[in-house]
Amino acid sequence: MSLDMIQMVLVTVLTAATPLIIAALGELVVERAGVLNLGVEGMMVCGAALGFAAAVETNSTLLGALAGAGAGMGLAAVFGLLTVGLAANQVASGLALTILGLGLSGLVGAGYVGQKREPAPHLYVPGLSDLPGIGRLFFGQDAFVYAGLGLAAGIAWFLWRTRAGLILRAVGDDHAATHALGLPVRGVRFFAVLFGGACAGLAGSYLSLAYTPFWAPAMTAGRGWIALALVVFASWRPGRVVAGATLFGGATVLQLHAQAASIGLPGQLLSALPYVATILALVLLSLGRRRGGSLAPAALGRDFTPHR
Amino acid sequence: MAGGTGSAGPANDPRPLFGAYGIVKRFGTFTANDHIDLEIHTGEIHALLGENGAGKSTLMKILYGLLEPTEGVVTHRGAAVRLRNPEAARRLGIGMVFQHFSLCENLTVAENIALVMERSLRRAALAERIAALGETYGLKLEPDRPVWSLSAGERQRIEIVRCLLQDPKLVILDEPTSVLTPGEAELLFTVLERLRGEGRALLYISHRLDEVRRLCARATILRGGRVVGTCDPRSETAASLAALMVGAQVREVAARPAAPGGDERLRLERLSLPAPGLHATALRDISLGIRGGEILGIAGVAGNGQAELFAALSGEIPAPEAGAVRIDGTSVGHLGINARRRLGAAFVPEERNGHAAAPGLSLSENVVLTRRATAPLSRFGLVRRAAAQALAARVIDAFDVRGAGPDPAAGTLSGGNLQKFVVGREIQAEPGILVVDQPTWGVDAAAAARIRQALIDLAARGCAVLVISQDLDELFEIAGSIAVLHAGHLSAAAPRAETTREAVGLLMGGSSGLPSGQDGPVDPTGAIARAEIAHAP
Repeated sequence: MSLDMIQMVLVTVLTAATPLIIAALGELVVERAGVLNLGVEGMMVCGAALGFAAAVETNSTLLGALAGAGAGMGLAAVFGLLTVGLAANQVASGLALTILGLGLSGLVGAGYVGQKREPAPHLYVPGLSDLPGIGRLFFGQDAFVYAGLGLAAGIAWFLWRTRAGLILRAVGDDHAATHALGLPVRGVRFFAVLFGGACAGLAGSYLSLAYTPFWAPAMTAGRGWIALALVVFASWRPGRVVAGATLFGGATVLQLHAQAASIGLPGQLLSALPYVATILALVLLSLGRRRGGSLAPAALGRDFTPHR
Repeated sequence: MAGGTGSAGPANDPRPLFGAYGIVKRFGTFTANDHIDLEIHTGEIHALLGENGAGKSTLMKILYGLLEPTEGVVTHRGAAVRLRNPEAARRLGIGMVFQHFSLCENLTVAENIALVMERSLRRAALAERIAALGETYGLKLEPDRPVWSLSAGERQRIEIVRCLLQDPKLVILDEPTSVLTPGEAELLFTVLERLRGEGRALLYISHRLDEVRRLCARATILRGGRVVGTCDPRSETAASLAALMVGAQVREVAARPAAPGGDERLRLERLSLPAPGLHATALRDISLGIRGGEILGIAGVAGNGQAELFAALSGEIPAPEAGAVRIDGTSVGHLGINARRRLGAAFVPEERNGHAAAPGLSLSENVVLTRRATAPLSRFGLVRRAAAQALAARVIDAFDVRGAGPDPAAGTLSGGNLQKFVVGREIQAEPGILVVDQPTWGVDAAAAARIRQALIDLAARGCAVLVISQDLDELFEIAGSIAVLHAGHLSAAAPRAETTREAVGLLMGGSSGLPSGQDGPVDPTGAIARAEIAHAP
């Protein structure tokens, strides 16, 4: 296998991983603040539909991506109002929003089914992008890929190096204690939910603007759920989210090649491979790490209503 | 924010440092604070005394900006201030040490402290300040340890250090000794005296009269949300203070159990149990026997095997050998809880909420949970609701359990009322053996007296009662003989008349006689029980 072929495979792996990275990182921040947002899939698919529609109308990928993020954030605002503001059940609200999101996206996207668009432009740095073997991988991706990786680094820095990140983790660990210290539990949670929604929407718009540059109903195909699972199995750490998503992307590409080469295994089994491999790897990773305390944010999924 | 007067006035300022006047706080129709007046001056340790539910915690939350009073005004050096949130209170120099620590378990010590420090403070600078303060006051902390790995005493140290780092003028301490071992409590008292010496004011909330009489020169006593008196606790007796708190003389517990003449009903024979968890204690070679009519008290500092002993007795953890636990001669070491209940045993665990009772379920449903083996509460697997409600009503009636409505959820009851209920539920079965862990933990004096009396009466009817407690006053009041659990070992039981608090206290600290548990094991149950060594009267 030539160096260029390896690079081609790696590029495909990274593109397959990017929507998961972005959506899972957003959900990671939400869950670190103690909120379980099961509406990721709905926010993602809305981002895909609205992002594509906006990009077609304005003929701008950037505006499309922004619209996608905005769509996710809008749905997240509803979710935040329900769960953070009114202390509604997070699981039920999240599931309802996924269903709502799937419906809304179908409505918005109805007029755009079958339309095609140029995929988001790739970076081109003269000289560097043409480097054999590594040029395309490091200097020839589209902006979403870089944004996803930058997001991972940014979130890790935010959570463990800034005061706001510390407060967010504290809110997710024990909202009663944090409230007793006078920190704004519900405000922090609401902003975290908005951020998570924007990430989910952005990840969705990546699908319709770059990954497969067209809109098809329910085109997220369960990636929102994978992102949710990734967060758990990555034990709420951004680095592991990236690793898990990359593994998932890798397995996806691998099984596609395997199916194409018809190696004699049933296609269904191969299609399940990425899911099985990701879960297995992340379970193994989180085994033996637990020495005490809790791996998950301790207040995850519990609602909070302060007295006043 | 709060319209404070800025810097503190001179030390001889006659105006109180902080005042609260006409404070009323209502939750719906319930009045938690009813026109409370309180003045706190610099350089004093002011006690706020009262039963559970007297309104102490509400008042303290108002002073810390966590609750807003319905009526009334808080003043700082004579000027009215509005405490809109804890940050405003901290800016005025009010610090707080919470009873149920406001610490995030999965954050480190330094992170927990950084939550309330100024934004610009760097990590290294904070660690330095924590170390310097620890040096000054003898409050050592390891900044990088996660809180979940620390004992109750260490957690309180974090609270205190976090409070002191902001150089407060008033420190509010809510039941600070309720989770401490005697040694840790002594250390705390030294720190408090020192803080007072520095000219700070302290508001000391407690219902432990001995501590208040030792530390405080002034006390405000609350009952039912109102101030019922202020006094100098040093010139009062514990009994007169208790009378003020409760409103009537606390009923003395009467009648000792009949002299043990019955047959042996509960027997432990060389019971050993490996530690069931990371922070748990192994039991080693525990032997004891209790006759009908006898109350055996087991003393010990939290985390010395009480939870494990209770679990082995109740059957939550089966014993390695069937013969290690015997009820009326029957080997039950391998039997489960309900099988033991059918043999006439009953159990009251330490934690009311979550162990003895399911907080979200009604009292009648909670009755079904423990009594389905010993009372006709179900038929063909279906709950007989009417029978359960009738049984719950009998317990409620017999033990004067007060709650909202005829069949409230367990979690809505106050600690004392729920404890009366869970003890009463088991006593109502007229068990032959009763094992009860910390029967009056965190319970007000009136409820505690009632529970103790019920235990004595039960024993007088021929029951063998085993009481695990850290309250030596309680054990000396009700137990016929006392043994001490230390590091999983049980000392020989000594008749009450032949031992003293001092002797028991020495055993509690291990053979060395030093107060143990300075950095003792984390309480395995998570509910950190209090350790109380009575100061000899």
